[in-house]
Amino acid sequence: MSDCVICLEEITKTYRMGEVEVNALAGVSLRIRRGEAVAIMGPSGSGKSTLMNILGCLDRPTSGRYELDGEKVETLNDDALAAIRNRKVGFVFQSFNLLGRTTALANVELPLRYAGQTKGRRERAALMLQSVGLGDRIRHRPTELSGGQQQRVAIARALVNEPAMVLADEPTGNLDSRSGAEILQLLMQLNRERGTTLIVVTHDSSVAANTQRVIRLRDGLIEAEYVPGSEPA
Amino acid sequence: MFLAQNLLEALESLTSNKLRSGLTMLGIVIGVAAVIAMLSVGQGASASITGAINEIGTNLIFVTSGGQEDVTVTRPLTMGDARAIADPLQAPSVLLVAPMIQSRVDVAVGGESNSTQLQAVTADYQQVRNVTLSDGEFINDDQVLGRASVVVLGSDVAEKLFGTTVGLVGETVRLQGQPFRIIGVEESKGGSGFGSQDDHVTIPLTTAQARFTAQRGGAPDQLDMILAQAVTTEAVPQAVTEIEEILRARHRVQVGKDDFTTFKQQDILQTAAQITGVLTIFLGGIAAISLLVGGIGIMNIMLVSVTERTREIGLRKALGARRRDILIQFLTESATLSLAGGTIGILLGWFLAWTIGQIATATGNDFTPVVGIDSILLATIFSAAVGLFFGIYPASRAASLQPVEALRYE
Repeated sequence: MSDCVICLEEITKTYRMGEVEVNALAGVSLRIRRGEAVAIMGPSGSGKSTLMNILGCLDRPTSGRYELDGEKVETLNDDALAAIRNRKVGFVFQSFNLLGRTTALANVELPLRYAGQTKGRRERAALMLQSVGLGDRIRHRPTELSGGQQQRVAIARALVNEPAMVLADEPTGNLDSRSGAEILQLLMQLNRERGTTLIVVTHDSSVAANTQRVIRLRDGLIEAEYVPGSEPA
Repeated sequence: MFLAQNLLEALESLTSNKLRSGLTMLGIVIGVAAVIAMLSVGQGASASITGAINEIGTNLIFVTSGGQEDVTVTRPLTMGDARAIADPLQAPSVLLVAPMIQSRVDVAVGGESNSTQLQAVTADYQQVRNVTLSDGEFINDDQVLGRASVVVLGSDVAEKLFGTTVGLVGETVRLQGQPFRIIGVEESKGGSGFGSQDDHVTIPLTTAQARFTAQRGGAPDQLDMILAQAVTTEAVPQAVTEIEEILRARHRVQVGKDDFTTFKQQDILQTAAQITGVLTIFLGGIAAISLLVGGIGIMNIMLVSVTERTREIGLRKALGARRRDILIQFLTESATLSLAGGTIGILLGWFLAWTIGQIATATGNDFTPVVGIDSILLATIFSAAVGLFFGIYPASRAASLQPVEALRYE
């Protein structure tokens, strides 16, 4: 238990869409060890996004228990959830989601600001940008950066608070294959070197092939779990 | 989170859409400028009106004949009444008394003739009414005793008859055909909303009694008005009481049936202050409405901005922003917008007030708009409050967005 950074038990999530109830998750139990790199796959409508939202503490499950790095998430209120997201989760989005008005440095500083940190923010953010290979671009705005560079800024932002895990939602989806491969490499490298738990949501099996474990969802349930390469039929 | 950081971010966000921020601010600018300009015009008007009244003297009391409508038997005011009021034993709060007869009179020089107001007074009148002369001297006690045929011209009368106000002493004018020697010309007091104060001629009271009362009928020592000056401004109510007691005893009136009326200069001042106060509130109220409209403009734009930045809000929440952080962010933006607008508005309002003052001076009115610290403070606080108040709804809408939905928003 102690080596598990994520522990999901019988998680369900039900949406009401008008008269109809939709079971997005129908009872998912899942454990992810500290330092592990996991891919979550599945066709659209399988519950991938819902699972990712719950893992990232953006949403609450309808029922079930979720423990993230020792915190019982399902009992927390909105502000406590915000604090958990701030300290324990780093997000990397498909569309980067950087603030276009500010510099790369200010974007990376943002989580530190919401953490209430006042001193050394700038230095730490700059250091983080350096470690993703953008040390010479810290004063650039997102619009002045390529897609791959923007995603690097996003990764730096995700890691700056030293979270328990990084959640990457189709991180290479908006990139050409070369910068996509570079981003993937960077993520895997950070996973190896820093021991940051990495969860990648993707439907690209070549992305999943880089991870240690693949979890395949279908109709709100875990359909299969396997080591990449040994894909069951 | 620190204020400076929030402010910086708000400025960044506002300057990223300069045209929109500018137009939104314009509503507040106009509102605040209107408030400042209107209040200053109101205060300026009030100052110039009370100033004009003060010049006449605030410790002045007018006593006229005639009381309420149901008083049928009226004894006229007489010289005896005036002497009684002037008696320091009977009326210690009264400093000076100026009995007065008023009527219309024709003034003629050569073929030129003019109808004007005749004032027949004693020497004390000069001090009671603060009469200043641009040329010559006022009527003195000897001239009153000797029923001298001398006259002091109001500046308007001098202008009309001679086309000048200087060098007239020693000339002769005809009042109702009788020759009078000019001994002085009054300095112009200017109009003050109650008609010209310069269109009259002044002669000794006794001369009028001897020469003109026959035409008017009635007792020879009958007066139209008694002017009394209280020893101090504070003593005015006491002086009024003393005068009323003296006149009630002398006229033997029934209780509650005074056949005379007293009127304090202070009453005019109070009425004027009331009128200008209402005027100021009225003007300020109209201006405040435009400020309100400006505030609604801010709310409108902030709502648009929240919708536009739903994804940004979602992202900030994903990165750990609490409800409060988002609330403060948007409130800072709207407050910054309205404060900046308020500052520009104050400057513009100041400029407007100054321009109005210049126009007033150029057209010959003595009128200075007053931009007081209080109206600046009022406008600043009001505009910041408008920004906060109208920012609260959009900001709380932003703060209560669910992160999942906000991130999904396209």
